[in-house]
Amino acid sequence: MIVHPVEDLIREHALFAETGPEIAGLLASCARNVVFRDGELIFKEGETADRLLLIRSGRAALETSIPGHGNVIIQTVKTGEALGLSWLVPPYLTDFDARAIGTVRAVSFDATCLRAKCESDPRIGYAFYKLMIPPLIGRLRTARIQALNLYEPTADPNPA
Amino acid sequence: MDTRGHAPASLLPRPMRVARVVTEMAGTVTIELEAGAFAFAPGQFVMVSSPGVGEVPISISSDPDDGTPLALTIRAVGATTAVIAAVSEGSWLGIRGPYGTAWPDIPEGDLLLMAGGLGLAPLRGAFLRALRAQERIGRVILLYGTREPGMILFDRELLGWMRQTRAEIHVTVDQAHPGWTGNVGLITTLLERERLDASNTTAFLCGPEVMMRLSARQLAALGVSPSRIHLSLERHMACATAQCGRCQLGPLILCRDGPVVRHSDVGRALGIAEL
Ligand SMILES: Cc1cc2nc3c(=O)[nH]c(=O)nc-3n(C[C@H](O)[C@H](O)[C@H](O)COP(=O)(O)OP(=O)(O)OC[C@H]3O[C@@H](n4cnc5c(N)ncnc54)[C@H](O)[C@@H]3O)c2cc1C
Ligand code: FES
Repeated sequence: MIVHPVEDLIREHALFAETGPEIAGLLASCARNVVFRDGELIFKEGETADRLLLIRSGRAALETSIPGHGNVIIQTVKTGEALGLSWLVPPYLTDFDARAIGTVRAVSFDATCLRAKCESDPRIGYAFYKLMIPPLIGRLRTARIQALNLYEPTADPNPA
Repeated sequence: MDTRGHAPASLLPRPMRVARVVTEMAGTVTIELEAGAFAFAPGQFVMVSSPGVGEVPISISSDPDDGTPLALTIRAVGATTAVIAAVSEGSWLGIRGPYGTAWPDIPEGDLLLMAGGLGLAPLRGAFLRALRAQERIGRVILLYGTREPGMILFDRELLGWMRQTRAEIHVTVDQAHPGWTGNVGLITTLLERERLDASNTTAFLCGPEVMMRLSARQLAALGVSPSRIHLSLERHMACATAQCGRCQLGPLILCRDGPVVRHSDVGRALGIAEL
């Protein structure tokens, strides 16, 4: 079996495609390679958000429970995307459960280590937070549109 | 092919017998009609009436090329569609048309179809044509988004296409219960992973207007020319023969100049809330 250094795995991830190799190298000491089996809980709603996962392959479901409806999947996060963004802002608590759909391979960053690196070197911090902005904006946009319940007919703005 | 509207044939509905009613999901049926020879192009619509109830525009969802009966997929959303969607086999409906513009001819390059909710119905004929042309064209990609797994239109047929054709088909829903192993998220998130050859891609979009607006914008940002992005626009209609002005969108009379239009022709008007 070929073991890839975690630094290479970070560099190969779609999220890091635009950055130079330097950032991946500097962050590698916070990272390790992880695998989750089908159905395994990756993190649980309300627990400390202590990880950022870069999904290398597979898909994870973000779930929440709605009284009377049971558990509901509100988003899936797939290969090339980031899972777990709550570690970015206090109080560092997860908002949803995350569960593996099939086998999920990921690079897992320790959040405390990441924050410390970003604090100690603002250049890395700025570059890294810039990487985190597109997924954050993407999720905000998606959530807003989904809240519109697009597929239901809307009231006629121009009745006869 | 000229995709401009066909001249109105007659304002008089033709009575057609309902041959079969297929329940697609709660409140949505596909009605097959004994239409005899009925020429149409995918993307066009007909005016469907139930005597004493009302008349509504409905897109044609059948295959234009295989001789299957004229099919209309209807969702009960109000007074008229509720009555029409509840018809039984053997009853009669009034049909006028076909009207409006069609999807353009299947292009030589890659074809991307994006459908939201019931928007798969007007795209079905174009998709089947693309499957038949697949030997001579590039990729055929179908991205489909809907509310939840139970609201996937033509679900069995989609599964068949996924298994038996070379088309690349991806489905996403807004939310699902655990056990669903597919995508959950907005349809535009499916676009992110498609490595499109933008200069060689033609896109057909059909679904809620917000979905089409966002998708068209994202496609344009990826480099697809707005003149190769085609959308099917729904506005309230009455005459369907370009006489009453009910369906006007800026300079366009959509029952004649649409429903299928180029994004380059309507992009600006779509952004104006008052229109
Ligand atoms: C070209 C075209 C093709 C269409 N194809 C289909 C189709 O294949 N299947 C199908 O089920 N429906 C289709 N529609 C929509 C269908 O015509 C409307 O749902 C129908 O007119 C509603 O009539 P109603 O009397 O039942 O309800 P109404 O009481 O008139 O309306 C009920 C609700 O639906 C909304 N609504 C009505 N018409 C439209 C419209 N055109 N666009 C958006 N929202 C609308 C109203 O705002 C209201 O909230 C199409 C519309 C057009 C213009
Ligand atoms: S519906 Fe009358 S002009 Fe289009």
